[in-house]
Amino acid sequence: MNFMGYVRPDGQAGSRNVVAVIPSVVCACDVVQAVCRQVQGTVPFLHHQGCCQLPPDLDRVTETLISLGLSPNVGAVLVVSLGCEGTDHERMVKEISASGKPVEIIHIQELGGVSNAISAGIDAARRLVIRISGTQREPVDVSKIVMAIKCGASDTTSGMASNCVIGYAADKLVDLGATVIFGETTEFLGAEHILARRAVNQNVAEKIYSIVNAMEGRAKSLGCDMRKGQPTPGNIAGGLSSIEEKSLGAIVKSGTGPIQGVLEYPERITDQKGLWIKDTPGREPEILTGMAATGAQFTLFSTGRGAPQGFPSMPVIKICGNPNTFEHMKNDMDLNAGLIITGAKTIEQSGEEAFALLLQVLNGRMTKNEAIGYFSGIDIHCLGPVI
Amino acid sequence: MEQKLALKVQDTDNVATVFAQGVTEGCTLKIRDKKGGEEMVTVQDEIPYGHKIALRFIKKGESVIKYGEQIGVATQDIGRGGYVHVHNLDSMRGRGDLQACMKGGAK
Repeated sequence: MNFMGYVRPDGQAGSRNVVAVIPSVVCACDVVQAVCRQVQGTVPFLHHQGCCQLPPDLDRVTETLISLGLSPNVGAVLVVSLGCEGTDHERMVKEISASGKPVEIIHIQELGGVSNAISAGIDAARRLVIRISGTQREPVDVSKIVMAIKCGASDTTSGMASNCVIGYAADKLVDLGATVIFGETTEFLGAEHILARRAVNQNVAEKIYSIVNAMEGRAKSLGCDMRKGQPTPGNIAGGLSSIEEKSLGAIVKSGTGPIQGVLEYPERITDQKGLWIKDTPGREPEILTGMAATGAQFTLFSTGRGAPQGFPSMPVIKICGNPNTFEHMKNDMDLNAGLIITGAKTIEQSGEEAFALLLQVLNGRMTKNEAIGYFSGIDIHCLGPVI
Repeated sequence: MEQKLALKVQDTDNVATVFAQGVTEGCTLKIRDKKGGEEMVTVQDEIPYGHKIALRFIKKGESVIKYGEQIGVATQDIGRGGYVHVHNLDSMRGRGDLQACMKGGAK
């Protein structure tokens, strides 16, 4: 079984072919935005990190931005640097170029300010867009698929319908030799023992417990009940009473396959196959950034309350478990898994629909959030304070 | 009248999830499990769409079970047919407040 993808010099295959304009620090975001408004075929990664952070976080930001540049949907990269930031913009250029992708960089301070940088950035971005715009899609084996999965704005239908659909698709892709990544470590709390039982070995099981303990420790460090932060007020209004209930529903989307290992937030998939965990929080901007950095060509995203957002370089397919929300937010939802709740469809029927849709999206069909460009709110998950 | 429905995930669950509108005190709810088994429960409270109903008496301090796993602990006695949510169910995880109490720190 094949899909039609853009084959990159390093052998990965993308479902999109964009020029990523990457600010090396939050202070370069306005220039990035101005360049992307002007040049077709570019996408901005408007994160808020990259300076006045502790060294491990600065490395984390540098490495995440490198992984985003290396991700298969990105054909070329323009790095926009301020000049005095804490991230390593030269390392970004070096490591992304090493994959064979065209990369350029501009420095706002060196160019004499914002207007000069916007002008130089537009010229550079235009060169890159023209250079990659003739790339043709080619048949690629489905084992090259890297699928990210996530649930957001969940309610009780998520764990009983839409996450079951994603679990079905995840099992099917793992059986076909592809790669599936799930995260949202916060939403393992209360369900980690089930995931640990599915780990391929004791080391992986221990790693699962250790990332959950670290995440719970950070949540408890402020001395309050986590509720309202997780589950959110919307989750609670949707019937989810505790993080345990949310977690037990959330892990359904990972299907039933063995868990091969745990990736750190900036890490990317090179040739690992099967089901993997990435250590991320549950919030959309940070997890979608982490998943795109992993090298996912798309995300299957389950919702019950109606989460509309996508990601600049990665199509995000919305699978809605709540039949009422689907009707109410039809323009933002790609597939109605609520038909499982009403009894009109089985998990297998909806799962096959989702599988057919994901192949179409890999081949180029736009998702609803992609078509209206609803994806600017992204960010990189850091561990320490801004200082 | 259309039969109002709730879904139970595992045999050991002591709650089911209501997927019907207008579920109020005194109405009868059909509880369906994964194998197609059914039981009827008389509702004791108003329960919104997507929220949970107790399938049997749950004593204060007892685990609330869904997906065959503990999703929290009952903070008061809940009768069969009662509404189960944050007002009578406490999460046991991410509870920095409990930790602070044990350390004798912030409230």
